[in-house]
Amino acid sequence: MKIKTLTSVFALMIAAGAAQAETGLIVGIQLEPPHLDPTSAAAGAIDQVLYSNVFEGLTRFGSDGSVNPGLASSWDISEDGLSYTFYLREGVIFHDGTEMNAEDVVFSLDRARAEDSANAQKALFAGIETVEAVDPLTVRVTLSNANGGFLFNLAWGDAVIVAPESIEDIKTDPVGTGAFKFSNWVQGDQIELVRNEDYWGTPANLETATFKFISDPTAAFAAMMAEDVDVFYSYPAPENLPQFEADPRFEVLVGSSEGETILSTNNLMEPFTDVRVRKAVAHAIDRQAIIDGAMFGLGTPIGTHFAPHNPDYVDLTANSEYDPELAKSLLAEAGYADGFTTTLKLPPPSYARRGGEIIASQLRAVGIQTEISNLEWAQWLEQVFRGKDFGLTIVSHTEPFDIGIYARPDYYFQYDNPVFQTLIEDLTAETDPKKRSELIAMAQTIISNDYVNGYLFQLAVPTVVKAGVEGIWPDAPTQAIDLTAVSWSQ
Amino acid sequence: MKTYQNIVLGALLSGIFMVAAIVSFVWIPYDIESLNIAERMRPPTMVHPLGTDHFGRDILSMVMVGARTSIAVALVAVGIGMGLGVPLGLAAAAQKGSLLDEIIGRGNDLVFAFPSLLIAILITATFGPSALNAIIAIGIFNVPVFARLTRGSALSLWKREFIMAAQVSGKNTVRISVEHILPNLSNLLIVQGTIQFSLAILAEAALSYVGLGAQPPTPSWGRMLADSQTMISLAPHLALAPGLAIVFTVLGLNLLGDGLRDVFDPRLRRERT
Repeated sequence: MKIKTLTSVFALMIAAGAAQAETGLIVGIQLEPPHLDPTSAAAGAIDQVLYSNVFEGLTRFGSDGSVNPGLASSWDISEDGLSYTFYLREGVIFHDGTEMNAEDVVFSLDRARAEDSANAQKALFAGIETVEAVDPLTVRVTLSNANGGFLFNLAWGDAVIVAPESIEDIKTDPVGTGAFKFSNWVQGDQIELVRNEDYWGTPANLETATFKFISDPTAAFAAMMAEDVDVFYSYPAPENLPQFEADPRFEVLVGSSEGETILSTNNLMEPFTDVRVRKAVAHAIDRQAIIDGAMFGLGTPIGTHFAPHNPDYVDLTANSEYDPELAKSLLAEAGYADGFTTTLKLPPPSYARRGGEIIASQLRAVGIQTEISNLEWAQWLEQVFRGKDFGLTIVSHTEPFDIGIYARPDYYFQYDNPVFQTLIEDLTAETDPKKRSELIAMAQTIISNDYVNGYLFQLAVPTVVKAGVEGIWPDAPTQAIDLTAVSWSQ
Repeated sequence: MKTYQNIVLGALLSGIFMVAAIVSFVWIPYDIESLNIAERMRPPTMVHPLGTDHFGRDILSMVMVGARTSIAVALVAVGIGMGLGVPLGLAAAAQKGSLLDEIIGRGNDLVFAFPSLLIAILITATFGPSALNAIIAIGIFNVPVFARLTRGSALSLWKREFIMAAQVSGKNTVRISVEHILPNLSNLLIVQGTIQFSLAILAEAALSYVGLGAQPPTPSWGRMLADSQTMISLAPHLALAPGLAIVFTVLGLNLLGDGLRDVFDPRLRRERT
């Protein structure tokens, strides 16, 4: 009897498994979100799970990074670039059944830009003067200065539309307008989403989507090989990719990301206050060795803080060619002929841990000794990002178009250049695309010539996908795993 | 006869790595400070007897210098344990039943009650990961081991006639402990020291494996294992070399410890004859 029950349970499990294979998708990601409110934390994992799937903004990013209509089907911009009128889609309802209208947009934007707002990217909303509901489906936003990047800003995960009715519990029970509804969160294990049957747009193909958190590279490899997960986004061990490529069960997508991986330098710490020392560091680094050694060849060398796939990118890698002899003479010129000792603090990702060992060896060759300490993310945020207690560190800046951080003297690498700050102000105010391109090029050149940080490479995003899964974004124009158009091929 | 086989085999296995560690101070086959990415993950050849790692460093050289790290950490840690534990144990035995004995006894219980590796992780996480903190963490957990062993054995010695003779001849407690008790414990301590030494090497490898031991670029067997973990299907020799080094050293020390105990322990000796 017992055996019979067990067998039937087993049969049921197999049946359930088979059914899930066609309509459900399990996505492996490295980090678990701290909570589920994309509008009040910088953690990329929140956007990875929820962006576009559960929450939507007025505009949204496409797979190529373009800005497309989201909850606003269209908009008008006044002549002077100060007034934006958004026309909202009709018949959009939140997952709790309430209607999405102009009031919700006003609420969301006012909440994000409020004095006491916990939004991690308040700068996105800094230029907003007023947000008003003209009628239930029209919203007018007035800016204090023209902002050429405003529609881009609204596409960020930090600018999604939330409802006042459900804001209370957003961190544990997110209610959005997207093609998936939040269903369950097993802390430490997974988050489950189910298809929103009342979606305003094209409904999702998948009935369920599950995000599983697997941070250990070995466990990620095992989960993928055992087909416990269907997709692994940002696969943590590049050395395993050739194995997946050779396996007909899998497909490997190597996309570009917005992650500029840099050797962040504390510009206020001796001896990095001297531009010659920073230049020496830049010339002491062999980027290709780092890309090969740490990332097994995945990554594009960069010479400034800008994504190479962006049309406005300027290739400035020649500015910091690998030249240890030049680095030595620069150090001697700056009065450090015998080198010096500094700290190199490394967060957990392999680009940092492995890259750090390679950079330490390259710096040692020109006389710079580094004391390496490997930190966990929480320690890194505490000591380096907030405490600014570091000489050098390696980190990938994954936000799209984030060159503006160089205009913030209190940002952790503490670069303070009034010329650059004015330039970024001009750039924000500029709406003419051609002039914007020129200013962006100038900004890239300034930070490259100032050797603010060591510019290493653009992080590639390897995604391992089970054969038969279609529609996964190969590139990562923002922190998102958009599953709304993903399907299983028949 | 079997005892001596154990000792010889144990001494041989652990001796190889001791010698490698000592040799590494004056000579290693290749420089391990400069990386050579183009030469990475080469299988073992005549040029690199154990192959090269993921940065193109010679694994033989890494294992040799890693032996130095492991042995140095273990040696100092066991040294701390003996240096503190033995005097504490002698003192507790000399004043059996006193307040001092109670304090030492309960203190030992307290340290023993914590899972040792967990506390080691706590210490290194609080004070930052480094070889020094690993030494301290492992050392602290050797203290009660030696203190208990010393106290227990010393207590039985205090009842013996030659100690009474020493007391009668007017020697004070400290002199008796040092001159008569300690020499009679040395065999036991050597045996226990050998076993603790192998445990300390394992603990160091475990701490380094989770990133709390010696920091790069200092090679350590535990971190070599951790680094090669994701590459095990591509280049198994990367994990095999440090893994076998740990196994052989620990196995060798345990065989040595067992063999020495058999030789030193009079009860066992009597059974044999």
